[in-house]
Amino acid sequence: MKDTVDSYVTADGRTIGGVMMEMKNITLRFGGVVAIKDISFDIREGEIRAIIGPNGAGKSSMLNVISGFYHPQEGEVWFRGQRRPSMRPYQVARLGIARTFQNIALFEGMSVLDNIMTGRLTQMKSNIIQQAIWWGAAEKEETANRERVERIIDFLEIQAIRKTPVGRLPYGLKKRVELGRALAAEPKLLLLDEPMAGMNVEEKEDMSRYILDVNDEFGTTVALIEHDMGVVMDLSDRVVVMDYGKKIGDGTPDEVRNNQDVIDAYLGVSHD
Amino acid sequence: MPDQFLYGVEVVLNGLMAGVLYALVALGFVLIFKASGIFNYAQGVMALFAALTLVGIMEGQVPFAHLINAIFGTEVHHFGWHVPAVAAIILTILVMVALAWAVQQFVMRHLVNQEPIILFMATIGLAYFLEGFGDLMWGSEIKKLDVGLPQGASLWVEENTAWLGGESFYGFFIDQLDIVATVVAAILVIALVLFSQYTKQGRALRAVADDHQAALSVGISLNVIWVLVWSLAGFVALVAGIMWGAKSGVQFSLSLIALKALPVLMLGGFTSIPGAIVGGLIIGVGEKLFEFLVGPLVGGATENWFAYVLALLFLVFRPQGLFGEKIIERV
Repeated sequence: MKDTVDSYVTADGRTIGGVMMEMKNITLRFGGVVAIKDISFDIREGEIRAIIGPNGAGKSSMLNVISGFYHPQEGEVWFRGQRRPSMRPYQVARLGIARTFQNIALFEGMSVLDNIMTGRLTQMKSNIIQQAIWWGAAEKEETANRERVERIIDFLEIQAIRKTPVGRLPYGLKKRVELGRALAAEPKLLLLDEPMAGMNVEEKEDMSRYILDVNDEFGTTVALIEHDMGVVMDLSDRVVVMDYGKKIGDGTPDEVRNNQDVIDAYLGVSHD
Repeated sequence: MPDQFLYGVEVVLNGLMAGVLYALVALGFVLIFKASGIFNYAQGVMALFAALTLVGIMEGQVPFAHLINAIFGTEVHHFGWHVPAVAAIILTILVMVALAWAVQQFVMRHLVNQEPIILFMATIGLAYFLEGFGDLMWGSEIKKLDVGLPQGASLWVEENTAWLGGESFYGFFIDQLDIVATVVAAILVIALVLFSQYTKQGRALRAVADDHQAALSVGISLNVIWVLVWSLAGFVALVAGIMWGAKSGVQFSLSLIALKALPVLMLGGFTSIPGAIVGGLIIGVGEKLFEFLVGPLVGGATENWFAYVLALLFLVFRPQGLFGEKIIERV
């Protein structure tokens, strides 16, 4: 392994720490189909880590393994120096790993505010009896959580739609609300599954800015999947490239850009 | 003629009261359906089981007495004590929570992601199991349930409304129990709405009702929420069971009231708490008023079918019910 555990400072002055999450020899099969084949990589504290690859490369499957929606047949997941046992998605969320979905999974019938409030559930400690009679700790907690959520709403510039039911929002705003809900959990690791899919150039620029700001201001580690090579290269510190379930490249954007296997996978290779 | 009109008003009032009970049963259906997409056929039997358990505990009955006597040749039937109503109600709530846990643990947990029809069949099985279990546990004879609720005609209402009509009008006849039921139902609905709007578990409940995958991703355990929902439905069933039981005795036909809740749900929409209430009231008033106005012309007994015909009309013209979420298919 070429990576060391030492921290370093990036060109733009952010500090990247040691390894936060490590995937070791992950293999995931669905019946006879191998979605992920023996992949290892790590995510370091404070970095923006991208997973790219053509359609069907297994990127989303990898994200689902990290967030506990899929359970790999082989391999180990290490989080902050400890091997993580097989976990259900809600347990992973409680570890401080929040995520968004490729096809947006919001609570369509609830308002923007309520959607983002659900992101705070992992942070709420008062028990059901206190909640039921709305007493003491429960009330204080609700107020504190509302303040946090309002700050996120300000940050994402969605004040105008805070009471709107999410089902009525256009696609780009839904993506933003989903990001807000993930941020509300104050995650240590934020997983974004194609945060810019289906967006126009302007929306993509906005989303990139939010991701950079989240990473910079809150020090949140981000792992994201993206199709758009240009966006990924600008955004991320390091990139994993997948193709047909295998890892074909790993390194800084520049290293990856010059990797022959990656070029072949993206541009195709002549067979003569 | 004004007297005739006043009788009509009385019919409407009594219909409203009957509707409250339909609404209570329908409410239990809505809670479970919203959160898990399961149409719980056993809701009516849960009301019966709750009422049986309540009576059994109050009377100090030995649970499974017949079984115990048959196996060990003993003759035990009663512990010989009486439990006060409030304590018995709390114990029954605990039994209903345990039941909710058992249903989730032994049945529903194993059927996650199955077709709705399979979940529905599971609840039919649950209904028959629970009916038999209740029979085995507490015996099958009709029992009187008296938790100290006032009963009989409300003299206050009669006396204060007598002046409305002429010589032959003695005021509205309204059962005190019905008034209590109405007040209890109102409190229950307000409490449920406040709970789901303003508490953390309520928000988690709505989240699960909306999108399972998203709920998981924000750290909600579906199992915990489903146990909570079945417990709430069990609690609502207990309230319905107390009201029905106090009115007409705890008997096994109680489980049939579940069927009357079906048209209520067709009207109100399967996913709306206010819908269940309004639907219940409309069915209650509708069938009493129809019987009063049209019944004599067609030879009576319209109460048996009126609700279902009304539901059929709704299915044709407004399938999502009055308050249900609008069904939009995007193509």
